[in-house]
Amino acid sequence: MKKEIICTVCPIGCHIAVEGEGDNIISMEGYGCKRGEQYAHAEFAHPVRILTTTVKTDSEKTPLIPVRSDKPVPKEKIMDCMAEIRKCLAKAPVGVYDILIEDVCDTGVNIVATGAVK
Amino acid sequence: MYNLTCDVAIIGGGPAGLSAAVAAKKESGGRVLVIERDESIGGILQQCIHPGFGLTYFKEELTGPEYAGRFADEAKELGVEFLLNSMVLDMDERAGTVTCVNREYGMTAITAKSIILAMGCRERTRANIMIPGSRPAGVYTAGSAQRLVNRQNEMVGKKVVILGSGDIGMIMARRMTLEGAKVLAVIELMDYLAGLTRNKVQCLDDFEIPLYLSHTITKIEGYQRVKGVYFAKVDENKKPIQETEQYIECDTILLSVGLIPENELTRKALIDISSITNGPKVNQYMQTSSENVFACGNVVHVNDLVDNVSTESIKAGKFAAQYAMNTLPKEEKAVENIAGENVRYLCPQSISVSPESEKVSLYFRVLHPDQNVKIIARDGDKVLASKKRIRVNPGEMEEITFNTGYISGSSVTVEVVKEGQES
Repeated sequence: MKKEIICTVCPIGCHIAVEGEGDNIISMEGYGCKRGEQYAHAEFAHPVRILTTTVKTDSEKTPLIPVRSDKPVPKEKIMDCMAEIRKCLAKAPVGVYDILIEDVCDTGVNIVATGAVK
Repeated sequence: MYNLTCDVAIIGGGPAGLSAAVAAKKESGGRVLVIERDESIGGILQQCIHPGFGLTYFKEELTGPEYAGRFADEAKELGVEFLLNSMVLDMDERAGTVTCVNREYGMTAITAKSIILAMGCRERTRANIMIPGSRPAGVYTAGSAQRLVNRQNEMVGKKVVILGSGDIGMIMARRMTLEGAKVLAVIELMDYLAGLTRNKVQCLDDFEIPLYLSHTITKIEGYQRVKGVYFAKVDENKKPIQETEQYIECDTILLSVGLIPENELTRKALIDISSITNGPKVNQYMQTSSENVFACGNVVHVNDLVDNVSTESIKAGKFAAQYAMNTLPKEEKAVENIAGENVRYLCPQSISVSPESEKVSLYFRVLHPDQNVKIIARDGDKVLASKKRIRVNPGEMEEITFNTGYISGSSVTVEVVKEGQES
């Protein structure tokens, strides 16, 4: 498989061409530094993202609470996680970093509050 | 009229106001009051639920609510006071009085020894950029849509076109997609991305959202609600090329087309305003042309990183507190900062030189991208400071620091020149 990856480590934004399968990388061209090489490797083999969204609450004054994944989730699971998070209703009070969903979609990642509801 | 007095009054409880409040309280211990028009503090960060904040200031990646929360908690612990749901209507800077309207107290006059302007900025709207077409519902600025979606649980549309590739626009493209909408296009007038590359990768490419550079909306269609948009490629003069016009059916248009510092109060008070930044002119103490009024954050100049806003606002808070205590260094002479080659503006615009020498940092943006350059600050022929940069970009704030003790003339010029070509 061939993939072009735009590096996001710094504002230069190198275009890195990677060829391989999963962790087994055959060739990599276009990176400008060591960190870029590492980024392109990870992004090619297992792209992950921090997921941030909101969860509904039972509070009338604060209908939504902002949340994040406490670790990055695999990119391909983002929409599944969103579907799971949509079903959640947080009961007030909620404190910052309270866990609202444990191990979302078997990713080993928790969804935690980034704001508070009284 | 309800009357209050304090040492430092701060207008605006966003990241600038909160950082300034913390610093003012730490410096003086006096009464520090933050006046906020919203029902809660944190400003725009409350709706910026995405990560990417705090990398420089806290050395970790936080979301907006977390970043604001850290300053809000510190301010509360220190005993900063807050007047919420209070819209400032007027400022009599000579008397040191700010008038606001509060739901509980009615008209309220706050008299302070020093005042900090931290009102932030607002978005440019459809009216500011004059898009042709009908005037249906469904045209939002990206930030107001962000507030509706992220704080008020109101979804704004299903089929979305975004004009402008600024960070807010791209972040809303991802946000709308995650919430089940289809983002059909992000349209950018310039031939380059307005926001960060990282946001293009994680907000557009991840969800296969098409980006059209060198394009613009030529017409909005719809009677009651947006039905669609026409858009076309633009030539080198940014004029639409008619033969390239395309149509997209959509029900919502989000605009991410720039920000304007919110300076109605500043103008009314006849405080000097820079015609380039559209914000008050300040010296290194973030002091405006009215000596008891200080300013910080996006009301002074639009920042790209909230971390920079905090750094600048901490100065405003500290020096406004010193002014209130009458310990701010006495000015011996004022030195003007001049934007030289490839420098759009400098902030602060002037330096207050006192007998005591101190370090001063000037922040600026370049006019056009360049590589392998040298940033030079000079006083006539004398170089005050210089540094090399591999790359400079109008989207990223640059900085140069030097000591006021070295200044002998009446102005300092900052220029960005190709290495080896400095005179």
